Amino acid sequence: MLSHLRTMWLVFLHLFHKKETIEYPEEKAPLHPRYRGRIVLTTDPDGGERCVGCYLCAVACPVDCIALQATEDEEGRRYPEFFRINFSRCIFCGYCEDACPTYAIQLIPDFEMAEYNRQNLVFEKEDLLINSQGKYPGYNFYRVAGLEAGVKKKGEGVNEEPPVDVHSLLP
Amino acid sequence: MAKSLKLVVACSLIHDSPFEVIITNDTMSTIYIDNKPFEVKAGKNLLEACLSLGIDLPYFCWHPALGSVGACRQCAVKVFKDENDTRGRLVMSCMESIKDGLHLSVSDTTAKAFRSQVIEWLMTNHPHDCPVCDEGGSCHLQDMTVMTGHDYRRYHYKKRTYTNQYLGPFIHHEMNRCIQCYRCVRYYHDYAGGKDLNVFAAHNHVYFGREQNGVLQSPFSGNLTEVCPTGVFTDKTLREHYTRKWDLTTAPSVCHHCSLGCNTIAGERYGALRCITNRFNSQVNGYFLCDRGRFGYEFVNSDNRITQPLIRNRAVEAVDETVLMDHLRTLITNNTIIGIGSPRASVESNVALMQLVGKENFYQGISDNLGFIEKRIVEVLQTGVVKTASLNDIQQSDAILVLGEDIWNTAPVMALAVRQGVMHTAAEQALQNRALPAWHDAAVRELVQEEKGFLANCTITTSPLDEISTSVVHAAPDELARIGFAITQHLNASLSPVQLGNDAMTKVAAIAAALQRAKRPVIISGTSCYNEALIRAAFDIAAALKATADEVHIAYVLPECNSMGLAMMGASSFENAVLRVSRNTNVTAILLENDIYRNMPAHIADVFFDKCQQCIVLDSLNNPTTQKADVLIPAATFAEADGTLVNNEGRAQRFYQVFIPANKNIQESWKWLLKLQALKNGTGNGQAHHPEDVLTLCEQLMPQFTGIASVAPPHDFRIHGQSLPRAPHRYSGRTAMLSNLAVSEPKPKQDGDSPFTFTMEGFSGMPPSPLIPFFWSPGWNSIQSVNKYQQEPGGALRNEHAGQLLFQYKQEAAPVYFKDMPEAFVARNEKWLLLPQYYIMGSEELSFYTSGVAELSPDVYIAISEKDAEPLGVVNGSLISIKVFEQTYELPVKIEAALQRGVALMPAGLPGIQVMPWNGYVQLVSVKL
Repeated sequence: MLSHLRTMWLVFLHLFHKKETIEYPEEKAPLHPRYRGRIVLTTDPDGGERCVGCYLCAVACPVDCIALQATEDEEGRRYPEFFRINFSRCIFCGYCEDACPTYAIQLIPDFEMAEYNRQNLVFEKEDLLINSQGKYPGYNFYRVAGLEAGVKKKGEGVNEEPPVDVHSLLP
Repeated sequence: MAKSLKLVVACSLIHDSPFEVIITNDTMSTIYIDNKPFEVKAGKNLLEACLSLGIDLPYFCWHPALGSVGACRQCAVKVFKDENDTRGRLVMSCMESIKDGLHLSVSDTTAKAFRSQVIEWLMTNHPHDCPVCDEGGSCHLQDMTVMTGHDYRRYHYKKRTYTNQYLGPFIHHEMNRCIQCYRCVRYYHDYAGGKDLNVFAAHNHVYFGREQNGVLQSPFSGNLTEVCPTGVFTDKTLREHYTRKWDLTTAPSVCHHCSLGCNTIAGERYGALRCITNRFNSQVNGYFLCDRGRFGYEFVNSDNRITQPLIRNRAVEAVDETVLMDHLRTLITNNTIIGIGSPRASVESNVALMQLVGKENFYQGISDNLGFIEKRIVEVLQTGVVKTASLNDIQQSDAILVLGEDIWNTAPVMALAVRQGVMHTAAEQALQNRALPAWHDAAVRELVQEEKGFLANCTITTSPLDEISTSVVHAAPDELARIGFAITQHLNASLSPVQLGNDAMTKVAAIAAALQRAKRPVIISGTSCYNEALIRAAFDIAAALKATADEVHIAYVLPECNSMGLAMMGASSFENAVLRVSRNTNVTAILLENDIYRNMPAHIADVFFDKCQQCIVLDSLNNPTTQKADVLIPAATFAEADGTLVNNEGRAQRFYQVFIPANKNIQESWKWLLKLQALKNGTGNGQAHHPEDVLTLCEQLMPQFTGIASVAPPHDFRIHGQSLPRAPHRYSGRTAMLSNLAVSEPKPKQDGDSPFTFTMEGFSGMPPSPLIPFFWSPGWNSIQSVNKYQQEPGGALRNEHAGQLLFQYKQEAAPVYFKDMPEAFVARNEKWLLLPQYYIMGSEELSFYTSGVAELSPDVYIAISEKDAEPLGVVNGSLISIKVFEQTYELPVKIEAALQRGVALMPAGLPGIQVMPWNGYVQLVSVKL
């Protein structure tokens, strides 16, 4: 009996406590920058597409919801011809972001992706690509990669020596 | 170049001294690896021993086909003096022979540290390229890096860079990725005999490439993509539609671009064929393919594919299957039907057609000339007097005679095998009485120098094989046949002598003497000269050699992938079909995957199509024949079909469907034909049959095919109740690949005709050898994982079933010599004997759809000898007119010194040029400008 009364008293006291409930959707919940929400494809500091179509996100995906096809421009720069994520299958595990060697694919703090029609959860590249570097500013894969793809010449990348002169016998 | 290679080798020789070892073959030795005893084959090196025992030991420069040079220092192990020695010494396992009672340690901490340091050094200059490197996911360097545990870069200085070269339409060059293992040069230069890829510069600047930008000249350059352990050389055709190895749906296949039947793995993604890689088969192709086989697959993805059944001469020509079948029912029940088979369609398809039309109404879709020669080949091989030569037999042979066939162009991988035979024999001779193991590549080469084993290359004109030949003869086919008969006469004096010139007689005597000394001679001939006497001459030589040799082999090269299978069916030629339709008016012809205009002169083909009441054509690509079709049925290509091919040695091999095309109209020819059969019989739908059922039927109809039904496991073959997956277990994108069409995933496609599934589900172990869809083993993602599938590195696959040989060798069969030889060739007045010159790139119908093949194909020309050029008043490049079947062509002249007088050569099989009267006489007239 005493316990019942005590419980009612405590509940009554809660009327005067600070409210924990967030009035979503009028009010947004604060999310951390590394919250694993919507997946985007980011661009590099020079405005180019960061994704090089290496297929590592696709192979890391435990539900196999990423499909893409790599292609190449006339300068040899790789990019995805199409890039598709089936969000109706996605479990937002973030493995794709972990696997991405170019910081292209990123999970951002946005989870408002509900749709009435499941087909609308299939996102193509134009739905995924954003004009931002996302969480990792300043990185351009082609500046640190060895190959020449229209971004820098051979030997002009980060930590690269000028190309070898095969005619030279100097040490 | 050789200087730097020798330097490396010299260094390694100081450290690794295998000279004290006595080599014995096929005896077993006991060695102790980490104190555990193992039985291993003596005569091998420690690396081979470790790999054959399943121990993962990293390596780069060693390759089972190339031997050891000890250049990369990656395979270090510790060897101990005896069981009490605890200190040991580091050695390169690829340079150390097996000794009985040897103690070594793979897991020794010093050895492990050494190996990981070597990788770390190699990686100091390796670019940060893996995401954009085509090798990634099937990269030996990645595998070895993971294997040694190197995962963190400690080196903070700059990386070396190189500029790349343009190496042609097939190979992409990215020199930054090089780890200087020298495998490319050792393969291209030493193994395949190419001259234009080499190593340049010195010390840490060595450069692997050409002297300047340009197309790689060797037709075996595609193998660089598999030989290179990193991504320096990658497949440019794959780059056009790049897919990682783990994303490919693959199936075991057989190359369709010549008669050798090299085993391949064909990979598909998103409904398009993406690449062809080598599938090891110890008896056939071993580790290597030619560029036509590797890159000639693009026709499968061509825009020229037939995708829709058509009934011509109607308001709406495109029809669906129901309408088509209704139309065909009336056609085939109301008319006499004849069938025209195809040398590039599977045995199943040809048999299904033969069964549908009846044996007497089935014709080979090839000319009388060729049919006659092929019939002779089949006859000769069916006698069982001589064994047919597999490519492996050619590699192991100690004397080779090529009689009349330009194998470099008609059967490229055979030319590669011949080269190995020659090199192998030279090495064997040099190694006699020497305590030097055969795998010690650099030392063996040093010993061999320029020595070669015996090869006599008797052809119409020059061939790249000439430079490794001991004896070279260039003459007209009849003359070559006479030389063949003369050789036989030297071997068997009871035969009547042949009159030849003095020069020729000396060569004949030398060739005969060399063949007589040989223990395992091989005689090679073929159909490309359109000369039947050559076939007989080659057989006579082989038969005569039975008296002296331990084992004689004979190889005949045929024009197309299933020429042998078709020839064995013994049907009559196309000319007889033309006669038949000319006599009877009410004939409907069913043409199976055969462009008649490539096999027959146009005017004969025209007569056939005019006289035929109705033509039903099954084919995969539009061509002049399909233009003539009244009913056109889309057929599946090799990648979309199951089937069996019989290669030039009578080896039946199964190829498997790689993917089911999205377009339901495209079906295997034999399935269409079985449906027609059901229409004709009025029972069933014709779909209850599997490939092995058709082959069983084939055995019943034609006893010469006995055994062909057991060429591969049946469709319901399972391992532990499980099917075999076509896709690797890491296949990605299953729930997204088709989600743009419908978000609910469709049921995976079902395959009722083979033990394979189209997904990654199923048995994940090692399947039987004809059913290996891809090579993969934990930790071994690259093609090097084939080691894990072999009994020993470089040896046969575990439980290998290397195809079903359809010709039985009869040890006791006594040879019957043909004897009748052709007259000596005499140049005629104003007439030239026209012969075909084949090209690896361009002469074959299907591979021409690959843009690179078309790019490398020659322009049409006419080649004549120097002695003919003068009277005609022509020089190189001047125009000459040739009149063929009432049609005149004006072609540029090419003067070839090696040609005999009175012989003219023209490139064969190029598109746009009609079939010439090969082995017939034509008139040539100089065009005065």
